[in-house]
Amino acid sequence: MRVMVFVKATADSEAGVMPSTELLIEMGKFNEELIKAGVMLAGDGLKPTRQAKRVAFDGASRTVIDGPFAETRELVAGYWMWEVKDMDEAVEWVKRCPNPMPGPSEIEIRPLYEMSDFAEIMTPEAEALHGGNAAAMGRADG
Amino acid sequence: MAATDTHTDTHPDTHRAIETVFRIERARLIGGLARLLRDVGLAEELAQDALVAALEDWPRGGVPRNPGAWLMAAAKRRAIDRLRRDAMLERKHAEIGRDLEDGRGDAAARIEAALDDDLGDELLGLIFAACHPVLSREARVALTLRLVGGLTTDEIARAFLAAEPTIAQRIVRAKKTLGGAGIAFAVPRGAERMPRLASVLEVIYLIFTEGYAATAGEDLTRPDLCAEARRLGRILAGALPEEPEVFGLLALMELQASRLAARVGADGVPVALPDQDRGRWDWSMIRRGLDALTRAEALGGAEGAYALQAALAACHARARRAEDTDWARIAGLYDRLAVVMPSPVVELNRAVAHSMAFGPEVGLALLAPLEEEPVLRGYAPLPAAKGDFLLRAGRADEARAAFERAAELSRNGPERAFLLARAAACGG
Repeated sequence: MRVMVFVKATADSEAGVMPSTELLIEMGKFNEELIKAGVMLAGDGLKPTRQAKRVAFDGASRTVIDGPFAETRELVAGYWMWEVKDMDEAVEWVKRCPNPMPGPSEIEIRPLYEMSDFAEIMTPEAEALHGGNAAAMGRADG
Repeated sequence: MAATDTHTDTHPDTHRAIETVFRIERARLIGGLARLLRDVGLAEELAQDALVAALEDWPRGGVPRNPGAWLMAAAKRRAIDRLRRDAMLERKHAEIGRDLEDGRGDAAARIEAALDDDLGDELLGLIFAACHPVLSREARVALTLRLVGGLTTDEIARAFLAAEPTIAQRIVRAKKTLGGAGIAFAVPRGAERMPRLASVLEVIYLIFTEGYAATAGEDLTRPDLCAEARRLGRILAGALPEEPEVFGLLALMELQASRLAARVGADGVPVALPDQDRGRWDWSMIRRGLDALTRAEALGGAEGAYALQAALAACHARARRAEDTDWARIAGLYDRLAVVMPSPVVELNRAVAHSMAFGPEVGLALLAPLEEEPVLRGYAPLPAAKGDFLLRAGRADEARAAFERAAELSRNGPERAFLLARAAACGG
């Protein structure tokens, strides 16, 4: 199964405080372990939300909201995509992660819907659209 | 909010957490211990002992900060105890035995050094040993799934529809063979590297294809085997970032696996590539597959057998609709593949590609010599392809006979049903 692992934001990450050299080294080692175990699919750190934008939807209207955003604990400061056998394994890997922030912090693990989860509910139109996306990805890379 | 503190909990979940830690660490433990002891069976036992120790210790003291290192240290202590106690083993490992006579400290230090020295590639060393060419192909596959994948013999037997005792015996024999041949559980270097790597890639791809296109049984695919093979591919890619064929294989597996969900219809019947609902293809796998293929080509591996097969799979992945498929390019890739990987099966696929690019008569002409090929006698895809060419050439009666022949030869339930349906659709 695939999981998305979110490093939640803190006041420090929102202030753009860069991680210490020590943390960078520790995090590098941790990522190395993930690669060696064949768990890692992708991962990145995100800039503070003062550089972010939101688009709010209400019926036909679209409103652009500039960051920063207030509810710090609900924001995301980084993510990984992992492939693991089950949630237990994902939890175990997260426990091994160095604390990504100078102070208290949280990491959240969210299992992905796989295509097969949608098999029952997807309309033919939606499927056609997704097929188009898959092919477009292929084109863009080729 | 339900929270458990790692370092103080005596929660029943601790047991599960320990099992999970062990599952993650097991292969690395076995690899490190086998490298030291040159006895993979003993290494497995000692790793198991370390788990027992953890199950006793951790619920009381809490899960340690670095559980992998704890398990390795526990296993090393047991290795030392075992070596001291067991005179037979002491003779077998005469060198270590001599050190032991000098006192436990030296031996311990030596073992520490041996284990700390290996730059953390125990897992890779184990993969290379389990895939050693001294073993038969079946033995390599079974041993890799057991030691590296952590599957039980029962799970392996079910995956390959073999009897459990057969698999168990195969694994026991394979371990003995490795011990007898004095195989080092290390990553081969120099001239030895390429043939050993080829053997590893072959085993991984065999595991993958057994999951992707189950050759026997009533399930058409076994996604777990595919997932394990892809995991092994990622491990290799992480460890050997300069080997183009590693990326070629990874690309091939990602691209093929991207179609897993679309390959089987709701009724369990296989869905042929042109009829697949491309909306069910997994675009993130396609993306990773194309990235890996680009990497393989950038490393100078465009003509590698796996990279060429990945390039073939990429042709399908890039086609928005089946009718957009670039069959001329596919035919050209098969021409190149036939050079680096000459085989009747490749020739058969080459005939299919040419039939799609240049017409069914071209396909039939390329197929004719293959019908004499002894290796393809009894190979269901050959009459299935022939049936398809004949039908497209307007020769429905002959097509029906060919599909019926293919159905007769198929060992896979859903595939057989599919072929019979194609025969019926020919009319008559």
